Amino acid sequence: MTIAVVDYHKGNLKSVERGLAAAGGDVLVTDDAAAIARADAVVLPGVGAFADAAATMEALGQAGVVRERIAAGVPFLGICLGMHLMFEEGVEGAPDEDDESSTHNARGLAVLPGVVGAMPKQDEQGLSYKVPHVGWNTVRFPGERQEGEVDGSSPLFDGIPSGTYFYFTHGFIAPSGPFVVGETAHSVTFPSAVRYGDAAFGVQFHPEKSSDAGARLLRNFVSIVKGA
Amino acid sequence: MLAKRVIPCMDVKDGRVVKGVNFVNLRDAGDPIELAQRYDEERADEVIFLDITATSDDRATTVDLASRASEQLHLPYCVGGGFRSVADIRTMIAAGADKVSVNSAAVADPSLITSAAAAFGSQAILCAIDAKHVAGAGDKWEVYVHGGRKATGIDAVQWAQEAARRGAGEILLTSMDRDGSRDGFDCALTRAVARAVDIPVIASGGVGKLEHFAQGVIEGEADAVLAASVFHFGELTVRQVKEHMRAQGIPVRL
Repeated sequence: MTIAVVDYHKGNLKSVERGLAAAGGDVLVTDDAAAIARADAVVLPGVGAFADAAATMEALGQAGVVRERIAAGVPFLGICLGMHLMFEEGVEGAPDEDDESSTHNARGLAVLPGVVGAMPKQDEQGLSYKVPHVGWNTVRFPGERQEGEVDGSSPLFDGIPSGTYFYFTHGFIAPSGPFVVGETAHSVTFPSAVRYGDAAFGVQFHPEKSSDAGARLLRNFVSIVKGA
Repeated sequence: MLAKRVIPCMDVKDGRVVKGVNFVNLRDAGDPIELAQRYDEERADEVIFLDITATSDDRATTVDLASRASEQLHLPYCVGGGFRSVADIRTMIAAGADKVSVNSAAVADPSLITSAAAAFGSQAILCAIDAKHVAGAGDKWEVYVHGGRKATGIDAVQWAQEAARRGAGEILLTSMDRDGSRDGFDCALTRAVARAVDIPVIASGGVGKLEHFAQGVIEGEADAVLAASVFHFGELTVRQVKEHMRAQGIPVRL
């Protein structure tokens, strides 16, 4: 059961590779579209800026393959920017960055609807927040669930209570929608985990840097891969 | 809510932690990775490895440390000391460091911060500032470089503002007056810098007891608190510190 970690030439992927391997995964870091197409699961890590990463993925023929694999129901995990790339468009690194209505936004994989935009630097009351949002913050499961309650609906968070801390480092946020399975509050409440279909997930935080909670999440993903 | 961070800092020379450590359970007390793993178990939020040799011969050892850390640690880590150029920083980021801290070289050439932030993102660039109170001058602190050996005449608050404007993602602020004193952080200095910039400030220098950490956040308005010897010598654990901070109403990850 090979998990392909997509290398789009923007940075170091060792932590993600190591995290998945420690979780019991059989990991292959690759930039080769054919190898990604053959893998049993796909992980899209989070390094660089949206426009840059999307362009490289197109140029290497990765974008189409990843889109097809997700549509086919293959287990998928997008991390940080990798989650952003699941959406239709992103303003980060695009010619009119910060303008979400721009027609020049970079195109993502368009698995999920909407535009990834800049995180506001103030809340509704006008209080200032530090952006980029860097550090440990809690992920809450939307709906009626209370802090400390274990989420039974999303296998990615199996055994992980609502309100658990994960490590974040980002300045852009995904749009909200019915696909949100985890949310986090900073200047605004934003989606920190999303889901498409049964087996495709995106997380805004870095599980590979999130100590034991992150290790548990990666083990859950590997379990999804092995059960698929 | 974003948690306030507790950060153990390790001085590393020739790939070994140089300040003494006395954890009885560590097989190799001087190994920085092993110590960092111990801190991870105690709920440290990140760790900083400060390369205090920083001669060109020893850089390879530090790059190797960063590389081993990226394979073996499951928490974010920063490597500091001796960066002179974007190329130096690129080597360390490529080895797997999440962040680097720059100090003397950035004072000598502030454009290093600008170009490093452009290349690797603000979240990857810490500006470390060693500051000393100016005698008889009220709330005024001067920046020192070269491990605190050389005065610059630069105002610490103004330099922090310039570093933030140039794209530094965090300020690592060490009080030279308090460092090693065990009298607690210089909260006046920390607060002056924290109020002057819109990026996180890590308070450093002076921790001697449990109460000092909460003081750094409440009185100093720091986003993170750093200590070395109280952790290395096993006087306090990260968990004890965080439990105390939480009892003071500070959001921490436990």
